[in-house]
Amino acid sequence: MDALSKHVETKRGKIHTCLSAAREHAMNQRLQTIRGADSAAMANIVQFEKVGLRYGSGPETLTDISFTLAKGAFYFLTGASGAGKTSLLRMLYLAQRPSRGSIQLFGEDAAALPRDRLPGFRRRIGVVFQDFRLLPHLSAFDNIALPLRVSGVSENDVAAPVREMLDWVGLSNRLDARPQTLSGGEQQRVAIARAVIGRPEILVADEPTGNVDPDMAERLLHLFDSLNRLGTTVVVATHDFHLLGRIPNAHMMRLDKGTLLDPTGSLRFPPAQGFAPAP
Amino acid sequence: MKLRLTTSVSDHRLLDERQHTRSTMWIMAIMLFLTVLAAGFGLAVLAASSLLDRQLAGRLTLQLIEANETRRDQQVTALVAALSAMPNIAHASVVDRKELVNLLRPWLGADGSDPDLPIPAMIDVDVRMADDAAVRRVETAVKAIVPAARVDRHERWMSPVSNFMRLIVGLAFGLVLLLATATATVVILVGRAGLETHRNTIDVLHILGSTDLQVARLFQRRIALDTLFGGVIGTGLAVLAIIFLGMQAQTLGSDLLSGVALGPLDWIVLLALPVLFAMLATLAARFSVLRTLRRLP
Repeated sequence: MDALSKHVETKRGKIHTCLSAAREHAMNQRLQTIRGADSAAMANIVQFEKVGLRYGSGPETLTDISFTLAKGAFYFLTGASGAGKTSLLRMLYLAQRPSRGSIQLFGEDAAALPRDRLPGFRRRIGVVFQDFRLLPHLSAFDNIALPLRVSGVSENDVAAPVREMLDWVGLSNRLDARPQTLSGGEQQRVAIARAVIGRPEILVADEPTGNVDPDMAERLLHLFDSLNRLGTTVVVATHDFHLLGRIPNAHMMRLDKGTLLDPTGSLRFPPAQGFAPAP
Repeated sequence: MKLRLTTSVSDHRLLDERQHTRSTMWIMAIMLFLTVLAAGFGLAVLAASSLLDRQLAGRLTLQLIEANETRRDQQVTALVAALSAMPNIAHASVVDRKELVNLLRPWLGADGSDPDLPIPAMIDVDVRMADDAAVRRVETAVKAIVPAARVDRHERWMSPVSNFMRLIVGLAFGLVLLLATATATVVILVGRAGLETHRNTIDVLHILGSTDLQVARLFQRRIALDTLFGGVIGTGLAVLAIIFLGMQAQTLGSDLLSGVALGPLDWIVLLALPVLFAMLATLAARFSVLRTLRRLP
């Protein structure tokens, strides 16, 4: 019995060692690929440096947030509800100024940008919300056309890209539909089309799959992935851990109680050992 | 940065019209109705006051208090002759005794018609160049011929009326200013309320890269249109009211009220008021909305 047990243990240890080695090898290869790509082609387009955010005179919602986002990469931002994901994203898409620290965006200090320069920067960032935030009195077509009209694109040049976007998200037959007549998944696809029609350099999505069924969540993620393949930096905040493995090259950041768990902001793929969904 | 939101985005009704009540338009209609009435009244009274001033300026009445009828008649003849010879006098005529008796009837009753009752003689005089110096020259000439003659300037009698009319004109234009201020205040409040009502839309627009100016234009356009439409309604009603009051005043046959009338220029001013108020509202909305938006992150 003892000999058998010893044999089994020995075999198990060998198998484990082999599997670990294989996994480690695969991980290293992937990391090398990412690092190689990072150093060769990807410039950092976002850099947070010891950023803190405080609402009013309350405690800091986010503390010492430091990280960089590489151009053309895909990021998941995870963390429990209330961890500060939305606050972090709001600073990223310039809806909120930090209380301290610096935010380098497209090579400029976004935290110190004068108010009249913010719109120009915001047009370079697409945003998708969990609650879609479509204008209810406008059709799908007009909602998607908004960024173009805001940017001053002439009406003659609006229709074609909007139709192209509707086609891309699979809603070419719903261009006149008002948001309230669309399903959650359809609304989110309109929101994604609106976010990307201006060819943003960064796409920020805050819990984009929170209000859709799992199948639709995968389809939406596929849209983000295809956009990322075209060179857009994508940041998706989610606490849906089933989605994290769907994008093979995605980087991950984890927030916990207002702090980025990896203080250096280095990105992890695949998840480090012991990485587990936040409670 | 090129801003072309006015022609594109605003035309696409970015602000939810279903959330927009027409109350602003009706408030503006009431404001403009009151403003045009006040302005019309002020302009009409100003015209009447000017007419009165023109009519009374240089008009004199000479009064000869002489118990001796023969001597009085001689003085009257001498004065009329002297005044008629003066180049600056447009007209000098003796007031008929019957007319004098009529004037005195409230005080003397039927006794005034007694031919033996000595009644002062009166001469109406119109001076062409009705400045003070010209009137004083006439006064000196009259005193040289009849030292006891009294010279009454009509202007002096009517100065309380004239002053009162000027007061009314001032009050009317003060009302116009107050109403303009009230309109601007209403617009500011409407603008702020609109920002709250359309907060979600504004947030989305900002996130998509709208400038404050683009957002402000949406509001100023809406408020300008409301003010213009409301203003046209209010002005139309006020013009009808003014025409009606004018017709009523004419039927009274009063000399004083006959001067209360509006000239072509006055009508142009009144009809320009809704446009001016729309411009004022536009500026007020722009200022207010921009100021509020600047407080956002």
